Amino acid sequence: MFACKQWLAIGLIVVLAGCGGSSGTMMDDGAAAEDGTVVGSGSGADDSASLSGTEDDELLSGGAYEDPTAAGAALEIRVVYFAFDKADVDEASRALLVQHGDYLAENSTREIRLEGHADERGSREYNIGLGERRAQAVRQILLLRGASAAQFSTVSYGEERPAALGSDEKAWSLNRRVELVYNP
Amino acid sequence: MKVVTEKIKFCAVLFCLFAAVTNAELRIKVIGGAEQAVPIAIVPFGWQGAGAKPFDVSQTLSNDLANSGRFNPLPPDEMLERPLTGRDIDFEDWRILGIEVVIVGQLLQTGNDEYTIQFQLFDVFRGKQLLGYRQPSTGKQLRRATHLVADMIYQELTGIRGIFSTRIAYITVEGKPPDQRFRLIVADADGENERILVDSNEPLMSPAWSPDGRKLAYVSFEKQQSEIYVQTLRSGARKRVSSRAGVNGSPAWSPDGRKLALTLSKTEGNLDIYILDLQSQMLTRLTNRASIDTEATWSKDGNMIYFTSDRAGQPQIYRIPARGGKVSRVSFEGTYNARPRISPSAEQVAVVHNDHGNYRIGLIGLDQGFMQVLTKGSLDESPSFAPNGESLIYATRDRQQGVLATVSVDGRTHRRISVVRGDVREPAWSPFVRN
Repeated sequence: MFACKQWLAIGLIVVLAGCGGSSGTMMDDGAAAEDGTVVGSGSGADDSASLSGTEDDELLSGGAYEDPTAAGAALEIRVVYFAFDKADVDEASRALLVQHGDYLAENSTREIRLEGHADERGSREYNIGLGERRAQAVRQILLLRGASAAQFSTVSYGEERPAALGSDEKAWSLNRRVELVYNP
Repeated sequence: MKVVTEKIKFCAVLFCLFAAVTNAELRIKVIGGAEQAVPIAIVPFGWQGAGAKPFDVSQTLSNDLANSGRFNPLPPDEMLERPLTGRDIDFEDWRILGIEVVIVGQLLQTGNDEYTIQFQLFDVFRGKQLLGYRQPSTGKQLRRATHLVADMIYQELTGIRGIFSTRIAYITVEGKPPDQRFRLIVADADGENERILVDSNEPLMSPAWSPDGRKLAYVSFEKQQSEIYVQTLRSGARKRVSSRAGVNGSPAWSPDGRKLALTLSKTEGNLDIYILDLQSQMLTRLTNRASIDTEATWSKDGNMIYFTSDRAGQPQIYRIPARGGKVSRVSFEGTYNARPRISPSAEQVAVVHNDHGNYRIGLIGLDQGFMQVLTKGSLDESPSFAPNGESLIYATRDRQQGVLATVSVDGRTHRRISVVRGDVREPAWSPFVRN
């Protein structure tokens, strides 16, 4: 109510400036704050403006691609799921992880990154704990098959990197997961 | 108005292509609690100086006082007179409108870049001045000076220190995973004057104010691993303070600003709480259990650390002396209590509480241990006390959008703060800061 006119006024200025202006630098005024706060060095360049090409380009010739899938279809599955507030690996997932563990044991130069995740419910840092616990549970199973600790790294994203959007059991069950990411 | 809003959204998208920096624009809406709002009049301030007036003092004062939910400012077009000083007030003109308090004043230019906000506050029924003050300012600082004036008025009328000159930090997220943009932003308590501190394609989490209000600690995944940084607001300079293997999370400043409590998992993958001395870099382990121990926060006297632990099977709040010692349990009600924050009065702890399947903000009395559920959402989280202890800001959902809200500690007054686009989350209210 109180600020409505003000926002409209600001909004209109933004619309006019954004649609009509030729310069893209004016928003910098907002960043150059009164007390000199600057934007910190976040991660590198702006990759938000990716462009897509035309569809009709000729295909280029391909090359060899080495991937764990060559060792078995089960290795194509690289995510395991968990119950709410739990890090227990069920039987089906365990069978899958055994194959990944065997592959890693046989291919000692391959490295893998285990990314643990949680659903959105509850507090964020506690969910980081859950994601880490899940990544560690997966790591333990892989290690038991003879892979070496040096082949692993783990990271927990908690609820910060959901695989599915939405606030229902379906989305939540897809988000409580560990992703197995083989390094190229 | 609807059309205009759509246009703003459309052009905001274009802006992402033109410039890396955009504004998120917080909007505040008071939802409840206005039934006892005091009718007040802030007469449009006079301006004496060269050219157009540089800042609308009375409009900002009016917004601040309305935002508190305690005052109901009279629209200027309903005023019967517009006095600029106390001498010119005809109190009868305000009595017949039912106005209880009148504020008059002027913005005076006193030098090249020198201004004075001169104001007086009157009790209409007694026709008596309650407060008069001249607040000097530079042109650049007029917004801040006005918020300070609002703080003075609020304190005079309620006996409680105002929070209009404080700030909030929060995280915004735009885009759909995996292509998301995370920003750490600081704004004035009224949502204006936003400044982006960090802009990243990887998650940002857990902003925490230093006790002097000059720095923020936060978690960044910009290196594909969690790390903790401390950034100085004024300069934007920052320092990485923790980048150990595994989890680096939940930074919390000690009341003297010399230490950070934080959560590390190190290589064993088990989250425990540590104390990092920022000067000596010395790290001390505080908890050592197979459970998840995280989300540390300090007691006001700095002697105790409150934290979340699932050592009993489900997350609950515990405390441990900051120098180490015996752990005792704090929360008992319900199956899920996490992320404690101690009230400025040191009498209560705010938590995320599972209330029959809904995650809500609860207050636990530290003497009796009773739980009071303050909010009504299903995914409420990240409570942070206003430094005067009157209210809490927290993150909630409006349909699928992440928004901020505040609730008074008695649970009566609710405010909703939304952004034009994207999600906003993890609000952290600044401490009181000296000028």
